[in-house]
Amino acid sequence: MGSFSRFSACTFAFTLLCSTPVLAQEKAEVMHWWTSAGESAAVKVFADAYTKAGGTWVDNAIAGGVNARAATVNRMVGGNPPTMAQFNTGKQFDELIENGLLVDVEAIAQAGKWRELMPKPIIEATVRDGKFYAVPVNIHGQNWMFYNTKIFADAGLEPPKTFPELIETGEKLKAKGVIPIALGGQPTWERNLFSALLVGHGGADLFRKIYGARDVEAAKSDKFKEVAELYGKMRGLVDPGSPGRNWNDAASLVITGKAAMHFNGDWAKGEFIAAGQTAGKEYGCTIVGEGKLVIGGDVFVFPVTKDAGAQAAQQKLAAVLLDPETQLAFNKKKGSIPVRLDVDVSSMDACAQKSHAVLKDPANQVEATEIISTPNFTGAMQDAITQYWNTSSMSADAFVEKVVTAMRSAS
Amino acid sequence: MATVTVRAAATGAAAPAARPRIGRGLPAALALVPTALIVLVVYVGCMLWTVRLSFTSSTLLPKFDFVGLAQYERLILNDRFVVSAQNTVIFGVLFIAGCLVLGFLLAVFIDQRVKGEGAFRTVFLFPYSMSFVVTGVAWQWFLNPGLGLEKLVRDMGFSDFTFDWLVNQEMAIYTLVIAGIWHGAGLTMAILLAGLRGVDEDLWKAARVDGVPPWRYYLSIVLPLLRPMVVTATVLLAISVVKLYDLVVAMTGGGPGIATEVPAKFVMDHLFERNNIALGTAAATLMLVTVVIIIAPWIYARYVRSKGRR
Repeated sequence: MGSFSRFSACTFAFTLLCSTPVLAQEKAEVMHWWTSAGESAAVKVFADAYTKAGGTWVDNAIAGGVNARAATVNRMVGGNPPTMAQFNTGKQFDELIENGLLVDVEAIAQAGKWRELMPKPIIEATVRDGKFYAVPVNIHGQNWMFYNTKIFADAGLEPPKTFPELIETGEKLKAKGVIPIALGGQPTWERNLFSALLVGHGGADLFRKIYGARDVEAAKSDKFKEVAELYGKMRGLVDPGSPGRNWNDAASLVITGKAAMHFNGDWAKGEFIAAGQTAGKEYGCTIVGEGKLVIGGDVFVFPVTKDAGAQAAQQKLAAVLLDPETQLAFNKKKGSIPVRLDVDVSSMDACAQKSHAVLKDPANQVEATEIISTPNFTGAMQDAITQYWNTSSMSADAFVEKVVTAMRSAS
Repeated sequence: MATVTVRAAATGAAAPAARPRIGRGLPAALALVPTALIVLVVYVGCMLWTVRLSFTSSTLLPKFDFVGLAQYERLILNDRFVVSAQNTVIFGVLFIAGCLVLGFLLAVFIDQRVKGEGAFRTVFLFPYSMSFVVTGVAWQWFLNPGLGLEKLVRDMGFSDFTFDWLVNQEMAIYTLVIAGIWHGAGLTMAILLAGLRGVDEDLWKAARVDGVPPWRYYLSIVLPLLRPMVVTATVLLAISVVKLYDLVVAMTGGGPGIATEVPAKFVMDHLFERNNIALGTAAATLMLVTVVIIIAPWIYARYVRSKGRR
């Protein structure tokens, strides 16, 4: 081992010495968490586009968003930042901006007219003090309901349009021996289901008041209690094997015809596509309730660096990511829709086109929890929601009480 | 750890008695410097850093303000932390007791000079060679009502059979205990078996002459002799109780609801996922304080007082 490692260390040092001056100009180390098959195919679109533009893309993928973000922050604080790093659209990188660790891309944003092309919630989530501090690259709709078309056709039922209707339909499906709702029984997905219900039945305004303003009055309102009660009733529409299940296993219950409906973000489409199914044929997607779409997504940020080569690379990257062709190719693979609403989406699948059409009306754009709420408050809400969901004896009032406590105590 | 090394080094150097005094201590001390530095900087330093951060309002990045005990107040009012603490107690007591009892029984069983002892020993110790993550995933599949044991028994014709502990809020914590015991009993067995092999065979013969039944022999004569082994096993098991994290993440993810949350998971989630360093470090500090409170009297009794008597 000794001689081998010494040899490789020498080679490494040698390579480093030789290559640094040459590559430094356009070398971009990119940290992200896109590691699944579909995701890595998507990020490859960016890598190829950047290579074509004359740069060198150094891929640093770390599995799991939490791990990847922690690694990025550690490296930034340690003074050895990557050239570009992925975050979710929203508050995750607030403190990095406050501490002067990120470069703004306002000049490129103005040249590219980003403010005219992107939905307002996405712009607001990336602009601080009037400057763009990140490049949004996609839009994910988070409150889609995927359903198995054959199950509904066989049962002679229509996919529900509202949540009270969904509970009725669900009971009928249950009587026929089908699992009405396939749920990944992990706190994140239980919260996601609750969010879909809150925005679909309670309305966008209530959603913003609860997650964004932490309005105690809103939490104590009759409407919120109604939402809580509906959520309580939905417990009965889930199969006993749900707790602990992964979301992709839940989606596959719908794919294989064991379950009728599945609430998830549009990233779940990847599972249907991988199973060889087509949107609008074997499966459908719809927004239950008022038809508002909860949107979040991914952004790339550019850590402050003294390295002139890295600075040049950052400028180049910011422009490459939003090229219309690249946007279309990337989002087809990722399952999201282009962040620029001027891109022609007619070549995308039915669900993506629906997304695009819904978002054309600004009134339908609702900010995701990552945008309007701190990770800490979202987590506290998640604790309350998962307790309520899993404790069938817990009343809606007790849940409201927990939500109020979370509003008051979370930072 | 450090004390043990000191003693070992000291006795090692003391063996050739003719050496001059300076030459005896210096190499040992020099050899210890790196370890001592690491212990001081990494362990003690990080501990103090953690305690300091727990009195701040840090969120994503460390801040050095001072907010007094605010984070601790929050912690005590936090349902999830309270449940986590209770779970540690439930899991700790049942897991340690279960491992000791089962481990002792297995050790006694093997000590009967059974045929194929080596094979049994390997089989019983085998679970310990797996990580908690693998253990957790395997038991999750096995106990999943739709996939594992319940389905198997139902498919065999017992359609009323129910075993849904994994997805039942009240019982889920006990599934962790089961998986934990499965994992840890083998190690306990190995430690106790080593002890059993050290027990003088004449004792057994004498007991038989006196007509002592075997269970009585093991319980009243052998077990007291095994006390040091039992203590060792208990300490090892207790350590895995405090740092219990991977088993929970792999098996239940803390659910259903928050039924199987544990303090270590609370700390990790708040540090990395929820951008709440202050609350996470407060929970970590509270864990440290608890461990110190439990261990301090024992350390005192074992090391400080006995030295004083000598």
